[in-house]
Amino acid sequence: MSEIKTVDARGLSCPQPVILARHAINQGVFPIQVVVDTGTSRDNVTRMAQSVGCRVSVEAQGDQFVLTITKA
Amino acid sequence: MSSLTRFFSSRWGPIVTGLVIGILAPILVKLGNPGNMGICVVCFSRDIAGALGLHRAAVVQYIRPEIIGLVLGSLIAALAFREFKPRTGSAPLVRFLLGMLAVIGALVFLGCPWRAYLRLAGGDWNAIAAIIGLAVGIALGVVFLRMGFSLGRNRAAPAALGWVMPLLMLVLLALLVFAPQFGAKDAQGNQTGPIFFSATGPGSQHAPLVVSLVIGLVIGILAQRSRFCTVGGIRDVILMRDPHLINGAIALIIAAFITNLALGQFNPGFEKQPVAHTDALWNFGGMVLAGLAFTLAGGCPGRQFILSGEGDADAAIFALGMIVGAGFAHNFNLAASPSGPSPYSPAAVVVGLIACIAIGLAFREPVGQ
Repeated sequence: MSEIKTVDARGLSCPQPVILARHAINQGVFPIQVVVDTGTSRDNVTRMAQSVGCRVSVEAQGDQFVLTITKA
Repeated sequence: MSSLTRFFSSRWGPIVTGLVIGILAPILVKLGNPGNMGICVVCFSRDIAGALGLHRAAVVQYIRPEIIGLVLGSLIAALAFREFKPRTGSAPLVRFLLGMLAVIGALVFLGCPWRAYLRLAGGDWNAIAAIIGLAVGIALGVVFLRMGFSLGRNRAAPAALGWVMPLLMLVLLALLVFAPQFGAKDAQGNQTGPIFFSATGPGSQHAPLVVSLVIGLVIGILAQRSRFCTVGGIRDVILMRDPHLINGAIALIIAAFITNLALGQFNPGFEKQPVAHTDALWNFGGMVLAGLAFTLAGGCPGRQFILSGEGDADAAIFALGMIVGAGFAHNFNLAASPSGPSPYSPAAVVVGLIACIAIGLAFREPVGQ
């Protein structure tokens, strides 16, 4: 099983988490895990991924969120 | 997620926030705030700087309760929805400088992005050049973002840090209410300061304290929930054709336009607009600088105050940079006035742009790390 691509976007200002996640999506290897630590980044990355036709599942882990992005 | 949270993260969040600001801002003007300045985060930071004696432009000195309300409203919403997350460490010194540079640019135009939209909605066509300038500045910022610009990561901080900015706002509120006078005596033997309130000019024009504070609180709560950001709106359209946030700005303009019409405050034209000048080039140039500085810092001035309320101490540093920068803008005669840009405004914009470009080039974090 290949390793899941993980993007660590914790602690970054807008819109860097979205740029990093978009960059990973453009590479085309799914699933992608994006780790963020604010509700704003969670919402922004989710919205962007859905807008380019991906599915997103969100899991809250303590103070952070792990978003798993898959190709719909 | 609660249904309220879902609603505010939907497309309706920024739209509702924009509508509420667009309705309440002209009402604040009706109740006493300066023309087309129901809320202006930059102008109000400048007024606060003046009230604290950080500049001596006697016509723009008042502790604006709307700003206090924004931060405290954001704090309340963040606490209620478990988003109060004290954090710091993302190049605070650079953010302070960006706050200074942004406000210096915005004071050449005489308004923040919120006020640019409010001026447009009041019929002040000078705002058009400023909004184009804002978009150009943001586009420049997007170029740096695409090149990997980053001020680095923040990290979680002790809870106490998140309370510092809200407490500073409470201190401001106390200074507003009590307006202590124990400063040095002037030549006539009158006590001056430490708190200064304008007797004439825009600083003397204000809605009743409680109304301003409550409206600030309401907007702070809504903006925290919806992530309303007038710079992010243009940025996200340029960066990824995402209209989510710009819908909020459009809603603001439409709501303010209709409210201004209803209140008899819509006066179309370029000349004789309130707290405005007609120099299109520097209305444009000032906002190029402001747009670039806001984009590098991650959000518009309103958004920075909102973030400071939810515990982001780096955003708080940016906001304090705006207040200090406003002091510099007037003391160094960089700010424009209704008669036009000062002789030093153009140089301030050019130097500010060079500084922002240097920051844009110097701070990188490799993509994907």
